[in-house]
Amino acid sequence: MSDIPIKKLVVQIEEIFHEGGPRAEKPLKRGAVLAVVENPFAGRYVEEIAGFMEDLKPVGLTMARKLLEAMGGDASEIEAYGKGAIVGGAGELEHGALWHNPGGYAMRELLGDTKAIVPSTKKVGGPGARIDIPVAHVNAAYVRSHFDAIEVGINDSPRANEIVLVLAMTTGSRIHARVGGLAAKDIKGEDGLR
Amino acid sequence: MSVEIRKIFTVVEEIRVEGGRPVNPPTRRAAAVAVIRNPYANQFVDDLSKLSDIGEELGDILPRRAVEALGIDGSAVESFGKAAVVGADGELEHAAAILHPKLGAPFRTILGKGAALIPSSKKRGGLGAPIDIPLGHKDAAKVRSHFDGMEVRVPDAPRDDEIVVAIAVTDSGRPHPRVGGLTKEEVKGEDGLV
Repeated sequence: MSDIPIKKLVVQIEEIFHEGGPRAEKPLKRGAVLAVVENPFAGRYVEEIAGFMEDLKPVGLTMARKLLEAMGGDASEIEAYGKGAIVGGAGELEHGALWHNPGGYAMRELLGDTKAIVPSTKKVGGPGARIDIPVAHVNAAYVRSHFDAIEVGINDSPRANEIVLVLAMTTGSRIHARVGGLAAKDIKGEDGLR
Repeated sequence: MSVEIRKIFTVVEEIRVEGGRPVNPPTRRAAAVAVIRNPYANQFVDDLSKLSDIGEELGDILPRRAVEALGIDGSAVESFGKAAVVGADGELEHAAAILHPKLGAPFRTILGKGAALIPSSKKRGGLGAPIDIPLGHKDAAKVRSHFDGMEVRVPDAPRDDEIVVAIAVTDSGRPHPRVGGLTKEEVKGEDGLV
């Protein structure tokens, strides 16, 4: 396993008090961590790329730790999560897919045995490209109040030979969630769906 | 008038590699951004002193958050800046009323010092408008290594009747500074310039 240097690290936290409705008793926190790393496959087609997933695991853990710390440090407070990647112009969308496994692994390591799939998105983009990281409940993907998305980006990244890796966490539902569906209090939390 | 905050966004950027070379220790900067209601949206008011009072409140709330996000003592901050984006139904002068008369005093109290002018910028913009917060050394505006800027944006703000108010602090200047000029070691810190 080789040590992947992080070139730039960004941690952002949004604390939301209201969105035009009643002020929340407990503000919603939505956080994201972004790491810029070199894309070892940029500029050419490489058939065997899967080994890079193992290399990304420590990067993922560093990112997840930074984010959880910025969110207050208590894993039990994290109710939803998501992940994503922006691959620079000399790379392939498939390089972004390498983030699925290590990104999810990193958050599960810290948040305990979460059941739900970590929703994800990816794209190829230039410096300053924005990406909407989908977010859903950590134990039951169908919890409607927790479907959300966090827009992130870094003004100078990714360069053509870089990848921006993203993890996201929130402490609860949308601030004025009121469209019904499965509620967090009603989940079984066995199959990751309901 | 007490400031009506809808959300607070904080972001920390850490540059670990720049120009292909490691940055040791990494340069770090943080911004704290409040989304507030503009009490004077769509109305021309001569006396803007209430907005200046809001600026005074934010001059305490935001620097506190940004310094905390960096995890350092206020006195360890090296450079600072401030900026505002006024929503479509507001005036540039509303931003000026928040930023200029009263925001600086509490900001400097948190830093312990801050003899220099706090560099600033303002504009009118729509939701997600990016703004570059200018940065300069907190005790001597002519320190060349610390001239910088930090881009921030809040995807869902400012709405037409809102104002985005941002401050930024750093624990360092640019990565690999090498264009000469006054250095931080030479600072007298009396007149705010040198």
